[in-house]
Amino acid sequence: MALADYKYKDVIHRCFRCGYCKFPSNWMEVNNCPAYARFRLESYSTGGRLWLIRAWLNDEIEWTDHLAQIVYSCAACKNCVEQCPYRFHDDIVDMIIAARSEMVERGSIPSVVKEFLENIQRQGNPYGNARSKRGEWVEGMGIKQYEGQEYLYYVGCVGSYDTRAKETARTLGEVLLKAGVSFGVMGNDENCDGNEVSKLGEESLFQSLAEDNIQQFKDLGVEKIVALSPHSYNAIKNDYPMFNGSFEVFHYTQLLRDLIKGGRLDISSGFDARVTYHDPCFLGRWNKEYEAPRQVLNAIPGVELVEMERSREGALCCGGGGGNFYTDFLGGSEDSPARIRIREACATGASIVATACPNCMTMLEDAVKAEGLEESIKVKDISEIVAEACLAKRAD
Amino acid sequence: MDSIYKALVEIVGEDHASTEQEELYIHSRSLGTVEPHQPDYVVAPRTTEEVQQIVKLANREKIPVVPLGGGLSLTGLVMPLRGGIVLDMKRMDTIIEVNEKARYVIVEAGVSQGKLISCLERYHPNLMHSEPMAPAQATIAGNVMIHGQGDLAQPYGFNSDMVNGLEVVLPTGEVCKIGSCSVSPYWFTAHPLPDLGLFLGWFGTTGIITKLSLRLYPCKKINGVDRFLVEDAELIPEILLKITHTEMVGDLVSSIQGLPLAVRGIHIITININGDSEKEIEFKRQLIREDILGEYIRNGDCGFMGTTPDLRTGQQRPTITTVADIKRGGGFEYVGAILPVDTYPECCREGEAISSRHDIIYTLGGRVIGRSHAMMFFWSYAFNRADPESVRQAREALHESDELALKLGGVPWKPSVYGQKLIMEKMEPNTLELMRKIKELLDPNGIMNPGNWEVM
Repeated sequence: MALADYKYKDVIHRCFRCGYCKFPSNWMEVNNCPAYARFRLESYSTGGRLWLIRAWLNDEIEWTDHLAQIVYSCAACKNCVEQCPYRFHDDIVDMIIAARSEMVERGSIPSVVKEFLENIQRQGNPYGNARSKRGEWVEGMGIKQYEGQEYLYYVGCVGSYDTRAKETARTLGEVLLKAGVSFGVMGNDENCDGNEVSKLGEESLFQSLAEDNIQQFKDLGVEKIVALSPHSYNAIKNDYPMFNGSFEVFHYTQLLRDLIKGGRLDISSGFDARVTYHDPCFLGRWNKEYEAPRQVLNAIPGVELVEMERSREGALCCGGGGGNFYTDFLGGSEDSPARIRIREACATGASIVATACPNCMTMLEDAVKAEGLEESIKVKDISEIVAEACLAKRAD
Repeated sequence: MDSIYKALVEIVGEDHASTEQEELYIHSRSLGTVEPHQPDYVVAPRTTEEVQQIVKLANREKIPVVPLGGGLSLTGLVMPLRGGIVLDMKRMDTIIEVNEKARYVIVEAGVSQGKLISCLERYHPNLMHSEPMAPAQATIAGNVMIHGQGDLAQPYGFNSDMVNGLEVVLPTGEVCKIGSCSVSPYWFTAHPLPDLGLFLGWFGTTGIITKLSLRLYPCKKINGVDRFLVEDAELIPEILLKITHTEMVGDLVSSIQGLPLAVRGIHIITININGDSEKEIEFKRQLIREDILGEYIRNGDCGFMGTTPDLRTGQQRPTITTVADIKRGGGFEYVGAILPVDTYPECCREGEAISSRHDIIYTLGGRVIGRSHAMMFFWSYAFNRADPESVRQAREALHESDELALKLGGVPWKPSVYGQKLIMEKMEPNTLELMRKIKELLDPNGIMNPGNWEVM
């Protein structure tokens, strides 16, 4: 594809490279773009990336592994979209995704991205684990297969396969059971939601995943879906309608908020800790849900919620979006965004950093270990804090 | 592996040194209209010691070194005109000390305007620095290096006049402190010797700033903005003189633009009035509106444009960046020149003519510096980055504006190489010779940002 055929050919040159895309809302640091934070070279900033994409499509520079790494190091966190002062700011991440699509078309993608996509195509998850193991997390819990209950509990790939995230998936399941929510799961029949596939530029695979999932949901008679992962929530809520798949979709924090408000969850055992909350990008900037997680935390007796200096629309991404939790283009340094984020969380004096995303949780947990801060701070999913506040009662 | 690259990697680490086409491409392109020039290496140091080692290496190998801050001068001052090493200073971004009682801040050279603004707003709300109308990533060091001005220019002058001291890596690799910090732990004054003028304004040709102390000023809690409309440009200099006589205003800018049509041909004087209370703002506002500007309103020459709500200081964010997209082309460059305020009418007339000749929508204006001691007049030209003809036209208009500034008795500010040559052609020979001697003395191998301030 030449520049003339690129969807954003009339827009991409309009980036002035003013640099606002690197900042959070309060301008406290210039490293709020996770890729720029990691490398601190202009080429890794959003503006640099857009200039390079244009140069590549315009045959001013050649495709190289390094160019692909720069293009794929974007975590699709949308900080740039939030901060860019120009009228075309809504298109910025899509400009990068469109360039990735072109790389996919040409077969010129980093090998780890190829591996990620092939694993999903073969096994329905990025790890390449067997489809037959997807539902193992639910074994022995008494959670039923979906067969017309009010909600489909959609867990997603990370919650289904990652050892730590599986604990979260189970904990949320227990909380939903405790609250008497009518729900079921798909177990081994669940497939990848495709959110990262879409962000990595593999349009055909995403379309195929979305259409298959939609058909499966429809066949099962699903109307309401509660998602563990903001990534799944984003794909099902915002992208599936384009393929004629419209469902009532909730992120689990929205459901927990309503259950607590409605008196269906007894959280009176409380949770005594100073807690800071890390906004997942696909819940916050992508879907503007900043309140539900905070409302849940604030409702729990004993929780002292303190904000990090960068929060809500100005939050620093953990660096795991856009497949980076697997491809790891941003890892391996004290400047890796998750490590910066953990240091920031510690600076609040919190003993717990709460999040509401299995991807963020695994990224942040690894960062705690890399920073050697295991004694100072722990990473917990909000569902786990809620569970301690309500399930402790059951243990009594 | 290239031995120089290997040495650079040893100094800053593999992640922060590059010879890849992608980094070289990015630093070969100007945000403005300057033609591309490709570096050989891009390096992002973290410490003064790393800068020092890089400069020593460059001297040994006779490789050019081009220090880079935010890269937003637009006039190509950080373009590697002779190749070499682009030294991206933005990793050196620690705010080292804010001294509230002596009202100064010590920063590393890569600290951005945005970071300092944010730090002062959050932790030292009674203090501010003179904030240029530049994007937040413009650096403090880059701004003083080009004799920038900010929103305190009217009361306090150029930002480079607000520097208390510097730490500089000399072109031969020695680290040198200038100002009180050379004899004291306090970075509170630029005295005794040598003068900061050895480094400020030289665009890195005499050394690399690694740390600096900048004066901070009282930050008033409320900023009121009045806009006074004037049709006759000839009235502007005396109006500005009268307003500055009150010593009651902050930033003071007069501007005129071709679009939107509703304001075409009308000069808008933006008067910032700062105070700690509504009462203080109201007192100053009434005095300026009635005692100073009343006669112009009564004569029917001028008037105020509605009212702008008073803002708490800190809520304002410069939006000048969006000027770059007027033509939906992502390009914008301006010639700024330091001129007597009296030349304002002619600057506007000639600026409109230049814009018309090159088919560019004009945005012109002057920011008052000091009590009408001077103004920074800007001739601003948007262009379409994707259209070479549009870029060429803007470049020609910029060159004409440089020539105009000198013709009117002014001095092009942060001049491009083209503007530098015009200045040096007009300069007294002995002054030029002094410049040559200083450069030769400090930079015997001619490695520092070569092509800039090049005395022939």
